[in-house]
Amino acid sequence: MLVDIKNLRIAFETRTSRFEAVRGVSMQLGTEKLGIVGESGSGKSLTARALMKLLPGNAKIEADKLSFDGIDILGASERGMRQIRGKRAGFILQDPKYSLNPVKTIGSQIAESWRTHKKGSRKQAAEAAIELLDQVMIRNPRKVAGAYPNEISGGMGQRVMIAMMLAPDPELLIADEPTSALDATVQAEILRLIDDLVSRRGMGLILISHDLPLVSHFCDRVAVMYSGRVVEELKASELAKAQHPYTKGLLNCMPSLMHPKERLPVLTRDAAWLNP
Amino acid sequence: MIKVDQLRISFGTHEVVRGVSFDVAKGGSFGIVGESGSGKSTVLRAMAGLNEDWSGRIAFDGTDAPLKRPPAFFRQVQMVFQDPFGSLHPRQTIDRILSELLLVHKLPDVEKRIKQALSDVALPQTVRFRYPHQLSGGQRQRVAIARALIAEPQVLLLDEPTSALDVSVQAEILNLLADLRQARNLTYVLVSHNLAVIAHLCPQLGVMLNGEMVEQLSADDLRAGRTKHAHTSALRTLSIDLEEPA
Repeated sequence: MLVDIKNLRIAFETRTSRFEAVRGVSMQLGTEKLGIVGESGSGKSLTARALMKLLPGNAKIEADKLSFDGIDILGASERGMRQIRGKRAGFILQDPKYSLNPVKTIGSQIAESWRTHKKGSRKQAAEAAIELLDQVMIRNPRKVAGAYPNEISGGMGQRVMIAMMLAPDPELLIADEPTSALDATVQAEILRLIDDLVSRRGMGLILISHDLPLVSHFCDRVAVMYSGRVVEELKASELAKAQHPYTKGLLNCMPSLMHPKERLPVLTRDAAWLNP
Repeated sequence: MIKVDQLRISFGTHEVVRGVSFDVAKGGSFGIVGESGSGKSTVLRAMAGLNEDWSGRIAFDGTDAPLKRPPAFFRQVQMVFQDPFGSLHPRQTIDRILSELLLVHKLPDVEKRIKQALSDVALPQTVRFRYPHQLSGGQRQRVAIARALIAEPQVLLLDEPTSALDVSVQAEILNLLADLRQARNLTYVLVSHNLAVIAHLCPQLGVMLNGEMVEQLSADDLRAGRTKHAHTSALRTLSIDLEEPA
């Protein structure tokens, strides 16, 4: 089992109050594709970040089990975590605009990630960067390698982020809303690219998003989170048979091109969803 | 109500909008769809008077809009932006944000209008003295809509009003926009990359590609697949593929 999470709890404490953002999440992942879907504030990003130990200092993590390929994350040292982050598990963030260094060229940023983990010469790293840009379907990799982040489009920026994450050949890829800053056509291209690379390299994928139908196209399983809990976990192909009213509500409230609705149904939140 | 004719916009030597024309009837709603970089937002910004380097004709209610817009123009036309996190002043309370327009236009009954504006967008009166960071994304977008509507405009220009929001909140905002349009007989121009959102709110839409409006068609034609341009067909196919769960 690549990832094993049992009863994960994440709380934020201040002097006077305590807020539990994640309340007992359990999930397991092998070399497969898992989608985590939920609204903002449902704890989906926190769960993924806890796995990389990338939470802010005031967050309190508790779990019966939190392991990556058998390594206990909760007990791991910072030094041990650096062997996992990037090298064995890549993390793709939402907006390439804020995740790339604006004063370094694209090529040098990918080469840096490659060199840190693979220990080669500068020249090898530069060549590897171009090869990686080619793998993420960038048409003119040599030219893009010499460009700065402000000179490329959002979709291309996200491809660069993916190339950078693939450089150390990780076993797991975590993509936190990788396409929500992009428009519809580019969104599909990027997700297909991630899907293809993950299948070809035999990696595990955690795809975090708020778009349920979209995720179902690119994942094997989908976990639906609401207010810090997983309310429903089901096969992506069986989404139409979802039982939980929240999952159904999320599917229903999207405007649809083919099935026009006079008014969009709005989620009516039930207090019972909080404590199943 | 709105007439845009042969609109051309250049940034330096690069022409980003190349002869766009469309009409919107009073109380109508027109959608512009296209990929990023197709010039759709640029058209909207020029209409709102945020860009003065354009040529062609933009007319509201039969009068041509001058390059430099007079204050009265903004009582007629208002705009709502994509990102509710960036479009509200972080150090002003909602009360201050909403009263700004009323003070600029010297409108009476500030107190009453603010209360009315908040209830129109279904926000509780308690948010009035809060700051933007104390509100959720959906609430902030409601404030942005309230601010646009407080000067009682006839035209609302909407630039991706829901793309920064969760799907559940998106449904609420789209319903709100539909209700307000009906109640006040507003005219909308909506820009989005999401074909389903456009088709939900706009009976008539235009597809932009590389600065040109390559096709104009009705939402019914789009649903039925009566498209003429290859780009429209491609957008339609993609949208249908992705909206159905696998």
